[in-house]
Amino acid sequence: MAAKRRIRVTINGQIYEHEVEPRLLLIDYLRDVAGLLGTHYGCDTTSCGACTIIVDGRSAKSCTRFAVQADGQEILTVEGLACDGRLHPIQEAFRDHHGLQCGFCTPGFLMTALAFLSETPDPSKDQIREVLAGNLCRCTGYQGIVDAVEDAATRLKTGTRKRGNAGSAAGAKPLMR
Amino acid sequence: MYPRAFEYFAVGTVREASELLAHYADEARVLAGGQSLIPLMKLRLANPSHIIDIGNILGLDYVEEVDGALHVGALATHAAVLEFADVREGWPLMADAVSVIGDHQVRNWGTVGGALAEADPAGDWGAVILALKARIRCASSRGERWLAAADFFADAYTTQLATDELITEIVFRAPKRSSAGAYLKLERRAGDFAVVSVGVQLSLTEAGLCEEASIALAAAGLTPIYAEEAASFLAGKELRSDVIDEAARRVAAATQPLSDIRGSEDYKRAAAQALFKQAVEVAVRRSRGVTVEAAHGR
Repeated sequence: MAAKRRIRVTINGQIYEHEVEPRLLLIDYLRDVAGLLGTHYGCDTTSCGACTIIVDGRSAKSCTRFAVQADGQEILTVEGLACDGRLHPIQEAFRDHHGLQCGFCTPGFLMTALAFLSETPDPSKDQIREVLAGNLCRCTGYQGIVDAVEDAATRLKTGTRKRGNAGSAAGAKPLMR
Repeated sequence: MYPRAFEYFAVGTVREASELLAHYADEARVLAGGQSLIPLMKLRLANPSHIIDIGNILGLDYVEEVDGALHVGALATHAAVLEFADVREGWPLMADAVSVIGDHQVRNWGTVGGALAEADPAGDWGAVILALKARIRCASSRGERWLAAADFFADAYTTQLATDELITEIVFRAPKRSSAGAYLKLERRAGDFAVVSVGVQLSLTEAGLCEEASIALAAAGLTPIYAEEAASFLAGKELRSDVIDEAARRVAAATQPLSDIRGSEDYKRAAAQALFKQAVEVAVRRSRGVTVEAAHGR
């Protein structure tokens, strides 16, 4: 086995430090080492987007990164969205617009959409559809998801609710407005 | 799916990377954004025993305009290229192509240098550098050299880079006045590799004559293809429909497609002709200052 490397990663505002094998994929680091099971394994081939997380403010497929690459980076996973039992505005929007059915793909959709909305606070429906092209949902037919993201944009702009630690874990760009 | 075990080096300079490459030779692969290499490793199509991670080398991720030319650092992401406003203005062919690479997440992390070094026959960047006649700057501990895009690809997944060489920069010359381009990709579904795609760059005289044309294709052979016969045929001609038809036949003749899961040889050849004609139309309208969205085929 190859020599292990020590990595230090900030996940949802909390610092994690571990020795990892270089070939350990980031998704497995999150799930098996850090114990955060909200990030889901779908296709394992960079296609479905279920494993999407936010790394230094940018959405990333965690099945297509090594954990060693995350050394020194800030990660936000779906567990970092809700705070004190209250859903994040983007989660509320998904609930209210039936943006999910079985829920398996939802963490990935939330993270892709959240990183996107931080850069594009006023997206068109076409832009939303385009940005979600790397996330697959087999239940909803996408209409509810697109509506949810559109509504989330409004909620994030006008939202005054107390929020979770998403802001601090977002890296260079603020994820909340 | 898991890659074979490997030793991992995170380097801070190009020189360090080159020295490690010289030492481990074919056993080593360079990791940048990982969006090409990691999938290949997970499928065990690539099995390097040593990974040299250049992702943390500082100052290699720029996209900037210098005296009208576009300079792209090897570690610039596809997303960074798209975000650079002047790209849509001056190099619309590039903007068309980059906007359909992978998906949003892949474009966030995949790098220009990494995509070129992978040399996937269906990769979009290969056709872009050929159509825009870019130059590629390569570095090793022995020094630097420049490769012309036309000399860059050797075979499928193979470039002319030496064992210890890395791409450091790609330079696109300033667009000529009243020139414009377009890149159209046919894909089976959003985010897939191309069935076939065509990039066309034209410069037109005020009288509407085609002064110069360059035409490149992706997924039309083992390497990206420059359609020389078609490009030289267009030079000096008025772009009437019979002229474009003849050029399209020459484009088809330049292709060497392989039948595969994405389509038969004949289908890809026919698609290349159709995409070429559409790309010419878009490029001509753009050269007149009209804003045209590229309608990629899906």
